[in-house]
Amino acid sequence: MTNETEQPLLRAVGVSHWYGGTLGCRDVDLDLHAGEVLGIVGESGSGKSTLLACLSARLRPAAGRVLYRTRHQGTVDIYGLGEAERRLLMRTDWGIVHQNPRDGLRLAVSAGGNVGERLMAVGARHYGRIRETARAWLERVEIDAGRIDDRPDTFSGGMQQRLQIARNLVTQPRLVFMDEPTGGLDVSVQARLLDLLRGLVADLGLAAVVVTHDLAVTRLLAHRLLVMRRGEVVESGLTDQVLDDPQHPYTQLLVSSVLQP
Amino acid sequence: MTMRGMDGSTAGAPLEGYNFAYLDEQTKRMIRRAILKAVAIPGHQVPFGGREMPLPYGWGTGGIQVTASVIGPDDVLKVIDQGSDDTTNAVNIRRFLARTTGVATTGRTAEATLIQTRHRIPERPLREDQILVYQVPIPEPLRFMEPREPETRRMHALADYGVMHVKLYEDIARCGRISTAYNYPVLVNGRYVMAPSPIPKFDNPKMDRMPALQLFGAGREKRIYAVPPHTEVKSLDFEDHPFEVQRWDACCALCGAGDSFLDEVVVDDRGGRMFVCSDSDHCRERRDAGHRGPEPEAVGQVQEI
Repeated sequence: MTNETEQPLLRAVGVSHWYGGTLGCRDVDLDLHAGEVLGIVGESGSGKSTLLACLSARLRPAAGRVLYRTRHQGTVDIYGLGEAERRLLMRTDWGIVHQNPRDGLRLAVSAGGNVGERLMAVGARHYGRIRETARAWLERVEIDAGRIDDRPDTFSGGMQQRLQIARNLVTQPRLVFMDEPTGGLDVSVQARLLDLLRGLVADLGLAAVVVTHDLAVTRLLAHRLLVMRRGEVVESGLTDQVLDDPQHPYTQLLVSSVLQP
Repeated sequence: MTMRGMDGSTAGAPLEGYNFAYLDEQTKRMIRRAILKAVAIPGHQVPFGGREMPLPYGWGTGGIQVTASVIGPDDVLKVIDQGSDDTTNAVNIRRFLARTTGVATTGRTAEATLIQTRHRIPERPLREDQILVYQVPIPEPLRFMEPREPETRRMHALADYGVMHVKLYEDIARCGRISTAYNYPVLVNGRYVMAPSPIPKFDNPKMDRMPALQLFGAGREKRIYAVPPHTEVKSLDFEDHPFEVQRWDACCALCGAGDSFLDEVVVDDRGGRMFVCSDSDHCRERRDAGHRGPEPEAVGQVQEI
């Protein structure tokens, strides 16, 4: 292994954030290596989404640093970058899949336009090629290519979520942030989406941070797990280890709360 | 030929009780400062303290304030609305400025030093000693893709213009070609994306490296922007769907021009129609020079419309 790949892709050091007097998250340290999927679990209000926003350059933390190993410039502090560089990073190297597809899609723009937007933002100016790429990505996320000119508000929830994924992956990012990617979907649709995500992550060698309250999702997707409670990380480790042999009382509670059909 | 005194204005003797060109001197200075800044940063929207004008928003209040700030006693003013000098908006604005300044007015592009326009750029190429003032309803080209004003400002600051091409992409996906026909977005001086006001895209190529100074005023949104003389103005497009302007199968029925922007005019209630130059001064100039179209005798008929 070269030194290059031993360096983590994303590293958070002492990340803390408060909303006024309310704690968002406190003193979170984490490392994420290339090709690795990290799950963040915890109940509602435990600070998962705050942490994800801090990691994904959307919310400057009150304290701590977020470091990212870029393709060409070495490791940078993402909040030390200029806004233009940060935006470029967010739309080339990173993807963000929102919990609500309406936050991540342009509903008034066709599916093809949604997928092509990132390409055009980084300078693609050939309509035919943009469209071909969009068509290929729609097929890859199992959306019928015949619907390329339909608006996403005519799509089902599962299709919207898959379209959001295609829109993010079209520039071949190295790191994807996902906030409850399966939230609001019924179980059979969830299963297909997870299957798709697993395939894409493996094929593309993506690293991902997945926030979810659904332990089954992390079991399928994540290599490692962070358990959060009241803004702090209470337990971390390999997914199977944490789920099968939880050490912290809160994790034990969380694992035992899952309904078994 | 100037039309001193036309529209019953008291040309040569401005109305008593009003400052020259209606606005007070401090306001004019403020607007001139905004104009200087706009000229220094081509295509960049500069906010200004827009004043209430004796005209409703949407009737050219932005353009009038810009005109009133740059007009001098020696200027010769032309006002165009949809290519014509005789439509309501043009007549009102010309009379307002003639009354409050006493400057000479004209219908002839060649004689004017200051031209305020709505919807058209004159067909006759403009010169370095002329200024073209546009009335702008919506100055923000990104508005339809991004409704949040702070976000559009940030996008301009970072030259983050990918969404403009998404709009054109949608046109092609839906219609097979870029169907945007007016207010067609342009890139000014390789930096700022700008809304050229609702001129037909036919006029976009005229903006490129135009010798005259182009000033844009938006009254409701209180923004001024500018294209200095000889500045590059490029219409956005795709490599495989290049920018192109409207074409007509007909030529002007009056003057026979085949290279001007044509209006389709319905002439009776039996489906009769003809195409005539939208720029009435251009058409008259050509007819005076002896050019004739297929229906030259229809002049009076069309002009009454």
